[in-house]
Amino acid sequence: MENSNNHYCLSITPSSLELLSIIGFITLILIRVLYIIHRSSQPRSASSQQKPLSTLIVLGSGGHTAEMINLLNVLQKNSFTPRYYIAAATDNMSLQKAQVLENSWLNEGGVEEVGSAKFMQIYRSREVGQSYITSVGTTLIALAHALWLMIKIRPHVILCNGPGTCIPLCAIAFIFKILGIRWSYIFYVESIARVRRLSLSALLLYKLRMADQLFVQWPQLKSKYHRAHYVGRLM
Amino acid sequence: MAEADEDLKSRRTVFVTVGTTCFDSLVRAVDTQEVKEELFKKGYTHLLIQMGRGSYIPAKSTGENGSLEVDCFTFSSSITDYLRSASLVISHAGSGSIFETLRLQKPLIVVVNEDLMDNHQSELAEELAERKHLFCARPQTLYQTVADMDLGSLIPYQPGDAAPVAKLLNSFLGFPDD
Repeated sequence: MENSNNHYCLSITPSSLELLSIIGFITLILIRVLYIIHRSSQPRSASSQQKPLSTLIVLGSGGHTAEMINLLNVLQKNSFTPRYYIAAATDNMSLQKAQVLENSWLNEGGVEEVGSAKFMQIYRSREVGQSYITSVGTTLIALAHALWLMIKIRPHVILCNGPGTCIPLCAIAFIFKILGIRWSYIFYVESIARVRRLSLSALLLYKLRMADQLFVQWPQLKSKYHRAHYVGRLM
Repeated sequence: MAEADEDLKSRRTVFVTVGTTCFDSLVRAVDTQEVKEELFKKGYTHLLIQMGRGSYIPAKSTGENGSLEVDCFTFSSSITDYLRSASLVISHAGSGSIFETLRLQKPLIVVVNEDLMDNHQSELAEELAERKHLFCARPQTLYQTVADMDLGSLIPYQPGDAAPVAKLLNSFLGFPDD
């Protein structure tokens, strides 16, 4: 059927083809994201001989590093290896403390028993008290740096407990999962200092379902956030 | 030597710590005559203040004329030894200071810094105070807290355990548990 403009009434114009492709593409991505979120809640299939998993450990100033060290001390070192420690560039103490910890393990058992460790710094998205406007720029820089580090490390496991530096890393790990680049198990342990309200990092990971497992240390948080796992106090 | 031992036995130190923060209002509150007199009345002999990044410097004192001996410093790589030799600790609400002190089973007054934005620290101090593991105060209420405190009412804090998390991680990742 032709009209006066010599166009077919039912013809599909190039722009609507593009539109359909975009909608289709977005739908596929959404389905993929939902699938990833669903699979993240499933445990890794058990087998008799589990290979060790490379582990990224995010450290932070304040109580974060102390709490993380407390957790690392009860983990099987040769299951979580090689270990990559990341701390903010402005944080001088955390990587030092991690090095002391690793050295103490090496003194107890050799490298074979304990595994190896590397220590890295990352640009911070936002310093405490920084204006939210300039934070946009610094966050972009931090994201780029995080991407660079994640491409290098591609960890199988990510352990974090709060500092804002973990958000770009976890976000990129999540994107890697979606794109099939690397499957990382993302574990977040909320700080013992959080009793009634989740930190911003935890809230983001919880709401966006980016963490495989999110642990809280006080019962008040468990009643507010049902998908979180209550593990009592770690310290 | 015997004299030094005598000294140590009768020495009861109040250790004040603000960690790596700036918490002038706490240092000022501790440095007031009324708080120092109240501490002296309660039998404390020394007041040692770790001031951190604060700009208010308390006046040192040798403690003659029946008063506290006052000393101060800014930072130390580890405050564990100071905590160990203290009879009472007055600390900012940082979780590190709090749990290190509770682990050493020292009586603790936590002072919350109200100048901090988004003061989540107060949640922890209040929860532990509710569970009677420490006393919680603000700089303005420090004197009252010191005057009213009954150390016998404090319940020792049982240290936590990270093993449950390790168990959960191992079972999630299919690692053997041992």
